[in-house]
Amino acid sequence: MAFNYEKYLRLEKMPTLWCWGCGDGVILKAFVRAVEKMGWKQDDVCVVSGIGCSGRFSSYIDFNTVHTTHGRTVAYATGIKLANPDKHVVCVAGDGDALAIGGNHTIHGCRRNIDITMIIINNFIYGLTNSQTSPTTPRGMWTVTQKVGNIDPTFNTCNLAIAAGASFVARETMIEPKKLEKMLVKAFEHKGFSMAEVLSNCHINLGRKNQMKNAMENLDWIRSITTPKKKYDAMSEEERLNLLPTGILHQDTEADEYCEMYAEIQKIHQGQRKKITRDDFEKKI
Amino acid sequence: MATREVISTGNELSAIAAVDAGCMFFGGYPLTPSSEVMHVISDLLPKKGGVAIQMEDEIAGICCVIGAAMSGKRALTATSGPGMSLKAENLGLAQMAEVPLVCVNVMRGGPSTGLPTRVSQGDVLQSKNPSHGDYKSITLCAGSLAECYTETIRAFNIADRFMQPVIVLLDETLGHMHGKAEIPTLEDVEAGIVPRKRFDGPADEYFPYQCEYDEPAVLNPMFEGYRYHFTGLHHDKNGFPTEEIETCRKLIQRLEDKVELHKDEIESYEEFMMDDADVMIVAYGSVSLAAKEAIRHLRADGIRAGLFRPITIWPSPAEKIKEHTDRIKKVLVVELNIGQFHSEVQRAAARLDIDGLFKVNGRPISPYEIVNKVKEL
Repeated sequence: MAFNYEKYLRLEKMPTLWCWGCGDGVILKAFVRAVEKMGWKQDDVCVVSGIGCSGRFSSYIDFNTVHTTHGRTVAYATGIKLANPDKHVVCVAGDGDALAIGGNHTIHGCRRNIDITMIIINNFIYGLTNSQTSPTTPRGMWTVTQKVGNIDPTFNTCNLAIAAGASFVARETMIEPKKLEKMLVKAFEHKGFSMAEVLSNCHINLGRKNQMKNAMENLDWIRSITTPKKKYDAMSEEERLNLLPTGILHQDTEADEYCEMYAEIQKIHQGQRKKITRDDFEKKI
Repeated sequence: MATREVISTGNELSAIAAVDAGCMFFGGYPLTPSSEVMHVISDLLPKKGGVAIQMEDEIAGICCVIGAAMSGKRALTATSGPGMSLKAENLGLAQMAEVPLVCVNVMRGGPSTGLPTRVSQGDVLQSKNPSHGDYKSITLCAGSLAECYTETIRAFNIADRFMQPVIVLLDETLGHMHGKAEIPTLEDVEAGIVPRKRFDGPADEYFPYQCEYDEPAVLNPMFEGYRYHFTGLHHDKNGFPTEEIETCRKLIQRLEDKVELHKDEIESYEEFMMDDADVMIVAYGSVSLAAKEAIRHLRADGIRAGLFRPITIWPSPAEKIKEHTDRIKKVLVVELNIGQFHSEVQRAAARLDIDGLFKVNGRPISPYEIVNKVKEL
């Protein structure tokens, strides 16, 4: 049977504001297919987005949806999740949203390991606002704020998330929607902070000025900088230099989830258990 | 109204009040001199099954509170001036998306890092318009230990009535003051709780932002079958972004009018020995305690002074101020800033001869300074 997208989409909000050929639509489809696979009721899901093209993600899908201020998705989502720990909370943010203005919230969401899935749509540029440099814009590329070539070093989103303590970290591209859908299901299933980076195209505001005139050329470039984790692991340092591995890069199913830990705090205050001490934790510092 | 006697501090009373008012969520960042609010509530909330979380910064503090409030909970944050500056943008989102919450600001010396452990009333104008854009801020200003409790309770009820943030101004003196306070019993507080409105009809007939020109949005809790959209953008009746000219105009006008046209529901002030006064002192917060003391001394010296104390400071009780200033020639505004409310009194009175006694060195104003100033008038 054909997939019933209409159930999950706010069709009256279509067409989207996204440019023709934009990867966001593919990610949107993969997102709702993954939700269906999870069997989540729409009423039980809250999708929180920030500012940028990705910010509009939440308005096209029929869940409880929140379009927040720039960079603050994880902070809003933390409040929603802690106040409603049995519900499903998903953040959708762009590279500028999650890693520049919202970088602090992103790393602290990872550190707390709160059960939120954060999807970072990384198109390597500030697309909505005409090509300003983002923390993932490759060095040497043209941006409207560095017209003679970007000198800023880049963040590696997944390495950052792992270092910050996220218990699930994965990366896929929108070139392979089936893989993407699978990754999202795994991210949703995971208990703890799941970071899912999705590499996507912005041929309009990144590509045109960087020798990638159309979506296909932009996607070819994304393909050229990615390789499956298995292959990546077998490579030498030199071969890895300009590659990003895809797939599930890190998963720790034993890590303490924040809402569950907070429930213990509630129990202590309600006299149901003894206080937490250093002995309660294997990893203390 | 039945009362109970407690010995406490202003900050602690504010935290206790929030919990008594049904607050189930606190998010914040430690900021002197407001930190004790978080210290106290982090023990009280989990006991009730609620959550108190110390976030990574002031911005995250207000954001998680807005998130919890969007989901339907009563929620609180507490901070001081520097934190207010950082929270400003998201307070704007809460104004725009009509999310009720309470923000306690225990004022310290500013601008910038200022005088972290010393008293000031320098955030009065900031609390009128913390964020950019047009909206009508609601700010309550406690003038005693008991009011740290009662005004926090009132703030929660007003927030849910008008569906917007309500700021409670304390100052360092009040926040750290330790003493006896007579506050309403828990039963009375609970009986006075007015929860936010909700829509109970079928979901396809629910339009959260479709309301009368002077009424707030009706926002049902999340996860209960009424799926809609929150945004800081101009939005339509379902909360979805729009640039439709009339919808945009009506929305912003409504944010103003829902408060402006119902000011009488929020207005609160105290008149102390004003009946026969021919000198009017305007003071609020901890300064009003010194002003009352000064008035007793002045009266003993034969000078008929009285105090007008705004409790709801924004929107200001402008009509009431004018009523007095039309009658009383000598008017003195005493505050721990350089005339932030003084300019409002001038505006309300439509007079430029309003006197001021201002202090910005982090120290409280003593009754004698007020007595001497009044004698000079």
